[in-house]
Amino acid sequence: MDLTLEPPPVRQLEAGATLTVRPGRGNASIHRLEGLAPETTFEHGGHHTVVPTLERMRVERLSIHYGQKQAVSSVSLPVRQGEVLGLIGPSGCGKTTLLRSLNRLTELTKSASISGRITLDGVDITGLEPTALRRRVTMVFQQPNPFPMSIFDNVAYVLREQARRKPRKPTLAPLVEEALSRAGLLEEVKDNLNHPALRLSGGQQQRLCIARALAANPEVLLLDEPCSALDPQSTKVIEDLIVKLREEVAVVIVTHNLQQAHRVADHVAFMYLGELVEYAPTRALFAAPREQRTKEYVGGAFG
Amino acid sequence: MTRQAAVESSSSWRLSDRLGLAFSWFLGLFFCVICAAVVIYLLVQGVRYLSPDLLWTNPKVGFTQNETGGFLAPLLGTLFVTSIAMALATPVGVGVAVWLSEYGRPRALARVVESTVEMFAGAPSIVLALFGLILFRASFLGFLTEKTGGVVYGKGFFPAGAMLSLLALPLVVTSVREGLQAVPNHVREASYALGKTRIATIRRVLLPAVRPDIITGSMIGAGHAIGDTAIIVFLLGDTYVLQGVGNVPVLGTLRGTGSTLTSYVFDNAPTGDLNQPNKAFAAALVLLVMVLVINVFVDIFGRKARELKWT
Repeated sequence: MDLTLEPPPVRQLEAGATLTVRPGRGNASIHRLEGLAPETTFEHGGHHTVVPTLERMRVERLSIHYGQKQAVSSVSLPVRQGEVLGLIGPSGCGKTTLLRSLNRLTELTKSASISGRITLDGVDITGLEPTALRRRVTMVFQQPNPFPMSIFDNVAYVLREQARRKPRKPTLAPLVEEALSRAGLLEEVKDNLNHPALRLSGGQQQRLCIARALAANPEVLLLDEPCSALDPQSTKVIEDLIVKLREEVAVVIVTHNLQQAHRVADHVAFMYLGELVEYAPTRALFAAPREQRTKEYVGGAFG
Repeated sequence: MTRQAAVESSSSWRLSDRLGLAFSWFLGLFFCVICAAVVIYLLVQGVRYLSPDLLWTNPKVGFTQNETGGFLAPLLGTLFVTSIAMALATPVGVGVAVWLSEYGRPRALARVVESTVEMFAGAPSIVLALFGLILFRASFLGFLTEKTGGVVYGKGFFPAGAMLSLLALPLVVTSVREGLQAVPNHVREASYALGKTRIATIRRVLLPAVRPDIITGSMIGAGHAIGDTAIIVFLLGDTYVLQGVGNVPVLGTLRGTGSTLTSYVFDNAPTGDLNQPNKAFAAALVLLVMVLVINVFVDIFGRKARELKWT
């Protein structure tokens, strides 16, 4: 793979020019975007399309402790729509904890204590209902985990009231199909929407989980090592999907696989022992890491 | 990571290991033989005396075994009392299992609940029967059985079913709890991560996931309840036929007394009051077949249910 660093082409973004903002939410973001300095985007890795970016979330001096143990220490990061943010680092470096704090899943762990600030469209997420936040910042897990129900109901689950079967199928059908097609699964399952989701192959299950996460029409999509349980073929399908999705949602992906980070991410954050060591555009981070620790970790990743 | 086990001969083993292996083989076969002996003996005896008309005639008073009728009433009694027991034990058992597995706080209370359930599993049913006998004579429970002149009879399908449900309860709880523990935590988190509350997760994700465990647990519990005798003899009244109370069709029958196949076998066994071994063997065969059918069903269903699970 050619990794020589060329001067990155800089593109000017006209404010709001190609952004589609869904009605009813994030209007404040449009205004903030207009006042935003033009974004610099690097071409790199496998994809070369440049998508205008919009900051959705901001992590400010976030620290998380599990009891006495510090898992994340004073991390600050932006999460932008229009790009994929890759979190890399060795096991136990806090990248998954950081990811899970973005939708307040860390709070489910009794011993976790959190300081610092995370905002979603400028609003502190601790002020939001966790259930409301988690519909706007949805998540896909390492193991494919469709619910024990039909393919249709898996996607409809998030659209329905808490524990209710309403609204009924006819109302939801278009929304479910849209989510499935965004996840690139509709063609394969459209005739079997009533089949149990657990009958699908691993790769299909994971795309169903992505469809499920997209059905809520989130602003941010969190992916926790989404391909680590999949074969290379399914991995490729999902990576292509992630690259495509970044136009519509801000994507954050935790990955062990440096090649994968290189393929899908626009910015990469390297974490080590809870600290954010380096945050840089993907190509820059891999080709010319500034920090010694980054160099040691990514060095040798691309033989 | 499965490695093909090398084919090895036990002749290379130490003597003690070879003896152990032989003993294990012996024990395994020994129990198969015992089980086969019971089933075959009952089958032979039962088939000899079992005729279809026994299944749809009621027991009658008579001098010879040809005059004493069949066991329709005990058969219906078994079905009724087991249905009542399972209608009580299944929802309560699922509730207890969900609470233990998904909430379980405070820990001390959870531990008390756990040992209570275990106590029911180990309690001799005659102790439960004795307790039920006192309990259902309480006047505030008089509506469940016959009440004449302020005196509560305290025997009938409701008391017997209620006490039998305590026998079945631990089996439901254990099965559902194991099912819930087999659901990986990331499945729960996936539901929370879609903005669902814990209660919605239980209702829509966890309960559907453990549906096979609920069914197998209830079936095993029913198999247990069907076989109990002490509670039936004490609490069902052990009458020849179904003796309803009042005029309301189903409710009247259930408030009244009756018998089951177990109490019928008990009474007709050579040691029982009626001493009609032919009838006892025929009824015992029917009972055995019912329990075997349940076990086979549980087996098939359990295997099928395990197919669709997470990795």
